[in-house]
Amino acid sequence: MSKPKIKYNFWVSPITPWLLPVVLLLAWHVLTVTGIIPANKLPQPLQVVKELIVSVKSGVLLDNIAISARRALLGFLIGGGIGFVLGLINGFSSKAEILMDSSVQMIRNVPHLALIPLVIMWFGIGEEVKLLLVSLGVFFPIYLNTFHGIRSIDRGLIEMAKVYGLKGLDLYKEVILPGALPSILVGIRYSLGIMWLTLIVAETVAADSGIGYMAMNAREFMQLDITVLSIIIYALLGKLSDSIAKGLERWLLQWNPNYSVAKK
Amino acid sequence: MSEIGKGAMLCLNHVRKYFGEKRILQQVDLTIERGEFIAVVGRSGCGKSTLLRLIAGLEQPSEGLISINENDPATSGSGHTRVLFQEARLLPWKTVLQNVRIGTPGKDKAKAAEALNLVGLSEREDDWPHFLSGGQKQRVALARALASKPTLLLLDEPLGALDALTRIEMQQLIERLWLEQGFTVILVTHDVSEAVALADRVILIEDGVISLDKRIALDRPRERDSGFAYYENLILNKVLGREEPLFQRTAGYTI
Repeated sequence: MSKPKIKYNFWVSPITPWLLPVVLLLAWHVLTVTGIIPANKLPQPLQVVKELIVSVKSGVLLDNIAISARRALLGFLIGGGIGFVLGLINGFSSKAEILMDSSVQMIRNVPHLALIPLVIMWFGIGEEVKLLLVSLGVFFPIYLNTFHGIRSIDRGLIEMAKVYGLKGLDLYKEVILPGALPSILVGIRYSLGIMWLTLIVAETVAADSGIGYMAMNAREFMQLDITVLSIIIYALLGKLSDSIAKGLERWLLQWNPNYSVAKK
Repeated sequence: MSEIGKGAMLCLNHVRKYFGEKRILQQVDLTIERGEFIAVVGRSGCGKSTLLRLIAGLEQPSEGLISINENDPATSGSGHTRVLFQEARLLPWKTVLQNVRIGTPGKDKAKAAEALNLVGLSEREDDWPHFLSGGQKQRVALARALASKPTLLLLDEPLGALDALTRIEMQQLIERLWLEQGFTVILVTHDVSEAVALADRVILIEDGVISLDKRIALDRPRERDSGFAYYENLILNKVLGREEPLFQRTAGYTI
């Protein structure tokens, strides 16, 4: 009896994760084309695609994506950078922790989006609003995870490093940073989500450009398709940044059996 | 026996160690000759690991003095003391060879490869430590410790977690490298038979003092014959308090 050899493995195929989105898309299409969901509630997918082509051609969409991406990245670098450095300092020094950690924890428990009215009063709808909010949102996950990463390094490894005369920068480069890296990368991945979330909210309420503004502006003219397009773009950008973070994990944590794909 | 002169000489003078109120080491006086292989045995909690940590400079004695190579300033310096811990303590984010390079002066690649060759793991140099067995990890740690040609090697129960066969292999490897390179070794272990198999001198620590300092006058490589059994029993009896004089003394205290 000849058994057909299974070449296609459903669970390892790269297509599998995209099945559900495609099914949802088809359902969306069917529901809107048949009119079960009226056009003034949800546009047809093809209409959104048409809008996509139009706005790409006019350059509006790419301009707005560039503006949003720039804000996201800059806010991420500022907030993430400060969070990383502060996490390092407090992770190393118990004195610094005593001095600063409670303050950080207090600020952390204020939802940063609650500051929107305040920062609008300070800066109007200027770039500062978006940068400040994104930085603040990104700061905490990176701070916490860097701090935790450094505190949870195997003491035995640090002791070993000292026996081998590793000190200062070397100790930091060879032992402490790589040891804290898995935790730091978790922080980065988590903060990327917060980065987009914060930016969307900030652009929706206090901006005159960017994708969030595009969505909100379209509302004024009842351009449902543009709003939906903006939301989809956010989803794709979020997925993209998460994939980059995942790739970073896989590349930087090759040594870790939990991340390494295959190495003989 | 081992080459004389390459190993470090060690002098412990009235060394005491307290942790708060608790006395870990009451008073230790000990001289270790160049190139000697010393085994320190004792029950867990007797202070033997603390003694090793003091010699390694990982902790400071509360009282007393530890001097290494006091007669020869040219070879003194803590850079020549290496420790092998109970766990291999390899950096998981470095390959086997990179781990060994940490032990070499100036991260010398050739010296690291040479040390790795000594422990027979050259072909694994590009692997992550995660893919090695426990015994292989300890061999890499041994290569790392030996890569800088230390004069003093401190072994803190490095074979305790290995299976019996790997353990014997590691013992033979350590003995061979010690004979070849002539460094001084202090091995802390709770395994009396391991101590007798490897050491020139076995030191027993009880309640923070040296209660036995026995030279093992057996030829190498050591066979587990009657001579071996004699030393093993002698030390075990002392550890377990089965010795005649101990009973007499205990009886003597009763009024």
